[in-house]
Amino acid sequence: MSANALSVIGEISTRPGRDTLVGAVVRWMFITVSLLFLAALLFAPLATVIVMALAKGFGAYFASFHDPDTGAAIRLTLITALVVVPINTIFGLCAAWAIAKFEFQGKSFLITLIDLPLAVSPVISGMIYVLLFGLQGWFGSWLQERNISIIFALPGIILATMFVTFPYVARELIPLMQQVGNDEEEAAITLGAGGWLTFFRITLPKVRWGLLYGIILTNARAMGEFGAVSVVSGHIRGLTNTMPLHIEILYNEYNFVGAFAVASLLMLLAVATLVVKTLVERTGYRRRR
Amino acid sequence: MKALRQPSVLPGFGLTIGFTTFFLSAVVLLPLAALILMTASMSWHDFLRVILDPRALGSYRLSFGASLLAASINLVFGFVIAWTLVRYEFPGRKIIDALIDMPFALPTAVSGIALTTVFAQNGWIGRYLEPFGIKVAYTWIGVTVALTLIGMPFVVRSVQPALQEVQRDLEDAAETLGAGRLYVFRRIILPTVLPALLTGFTLAFARAVGEYGSVIFISGNLPMRTEITPLLIVIKLEEFDYHGAAALGFVMLVISFVMLLTINLLQAWGRRRLVATGR
Repeated sequence: MSANALSVIGEISTRPGRDTLVGAVVRWMFITVSLLFLAALLFAPLATVIVMALAKGFGAYFASFHDPDTGAAIRLTLITALVVVPINTIFGLCAAWAIAKFEFQGKSFLITLIDLPLAVSPVISGMIYVLLFGLQGWFGSWLQERNISIIFALPGIILATMFVTFPYVARELIPLMQQVGNDEEEAAITLGAGGWLTFFRITLPKVRWGLLYGIILTNARAMGEFGAVSVVSGHIRGLTNTMPLHIEILYNEYNFVGAFAVASLLMLLAVATLVVKTLVERTGYRRRR
Repeated sequence: MKALRQPSVLPGFGLTIGFTTFFLSAVVLLPLAALILMTASMSWHDFLRVILDPRALGSYRLSFGASLLAASINLVFGFVIAWTLVRYEFPGRKIIDALIDMPFALPTAVSGIALTTVFAQNGWIGRYLEPFGIKVAYTWIGVTVALTLIGMPFVVRSVQPALQEVQRDLEDAAETLGAGRLYVFRRIILPTVLPALLTGFTLAFARAVGEYGSVIFISGNLPMRTEITPLLIVIKLEEFDYHGAAALGFVMLVISFVMLLTINLLQAWGRRRLVATGR
C-alpha cells in the first residue's frame, strides 16, 4: 500500500461519524431514536393541546374564555404572579449581592438552603403552610378567632407559590455575578460612588439578561404551579382556583375544550419563556445548572 | 465578624445578608420546621404505623419504582439526545435543542392532561398500543411515562456540556491507533461524561419522586395500585389527618435530603476527576 493511500485511509478514520458508511448509519440511528423519543413524549402532547382546544372550532375555543370561572382563574393567577414575582426578584437580587460579592463562612450552606425548595415535592411545599395556618395547624385556632383566613384563600396561594419559585432569580444571578467579578464595583466605590448608584449603574446593567431570564422563569413557574397551590387552595370555583387548578376541574368535568383552551394559554407562556431563554443565551450569557 | 467575613470595599453586606437570611427563614426554613415539629409530636408507634401502612408502602413502591425506571430510561435516551444535539448537524437542531427545556417550563397540569389524552385507549399513541394489550393511561406505565417526560431535560442538560468537553483529538488518536467505535466510547467518552450522567440521573430521580401534577391525571389513582406518595399526602390532608400527612412528608423530605447530598457528592467527584485528568 502506498503512502498516499495510507494517508487517505487515515483521513477517513480520523473523522468517525461523518465519512464512513458505519458512521452514517450510526448518525442516522441516533437522530431517528432521539426524534422518535421526543415525538412520542413531547411533541405529541404539545400538539394535542392545540388540537383538543380547537376540536370544536375557533368559536368554541374563544367562547370558553367567556366562562366567568375561567376569567376568575386567570385573574387569580395574574394577581398571584404580580405579588410573588417582584418579591422573589428583590430577594434574588439581595441574595446574589451577598453571596457573589462577599466571601464569608457558611456560604455554600446558604446556597444549599436557598436551593432547598427545588428539592422538595410541590405537595410538601403546600403542606407546610397547611400545617402552620390550617384549621388544625399550629396557628389555626389563633387565626380563626381573629377571622383571618390564609389557607383556602389568596394569602396561602401566594405563600405556596413564593416557596416554590423562591430560588430561581438567585440561582440565575449568583453564578453570573461571580463570573463578571467585582473590579468595576470596587473602582466605583473607591471613586466615591454610593452603594445604590453602583448597584443601579454598574451591577444591574452587567447582569440584566440573566436577571430577565430569572424573572421570566419565576413568572412561568408561579403561573403554572399546580401541586403546592392545589394543597392550599381548597378548589373553590371562581374564588381560589388558579389556571392550573381550573384546568383540572374542567378536565374532570369532561369539558375538554375548556380545559385545553386554558392549557393552551399556559403552553403559550411556556413557549414565550423558552424564546426569552434562547434570546438571552444568544447574548453570550451561558446558563449553568 | 472579621473572622467570619473577608474585608471588602463594597457596601451592603449587612443589609443583603440580613434580608436574605430573614426571608429565607420566614418563607422556607420555619415552615419546613413546622413539618418536622409536627412529625416529632407523634409517638414512635403512631409514626411507624402511618409510614409502614400497607397503602403507604404501596405508594412508595410505585413512586420510587416508577421514578427509578423513568430515570433509567432517561439515562439512556437522555444520552442519545444529548449526543445527537452535540455531535450532529441536522435541520431543526436548534429548535429541538430549545424545546428540550419544555417539560421544565410547561405547567405540570398541562403536560398531565396532554399525556393522558395521547396515551389513552383512543389517543394518538394509545390506540396503537391497545391491540398489543399494552395499557398506558391509568396504569403504572402511564406514571412512568409522565415521570420520564418530567426528568428528561435534567439528563440532557447535564450531559450536553460534558459531551462538549470530550476531547475530539483523543478520540481521533484512539481511532488511528486501531481502537473500535465501542472501545473509544467505553474508554474515552463514557469516563468523561459519567459524573454528568449520574448527576442527571439523580436530578431526574429526585424530581420524579416528588412530582404530582403531571402524574395524577394519567395514573388513575387506585389505592395500592396507581397511587403515588404525594397523592396519599394530599388525601390525608383532605381528611384533616395532619399528623399522617406530616409523617409521610417527613419520609419524603429525608429522602430528598439524601438525594441532594448525593448530587453534591457526585458533582464534587466529577470536578476531582477533571482535575485529575489535567483539565
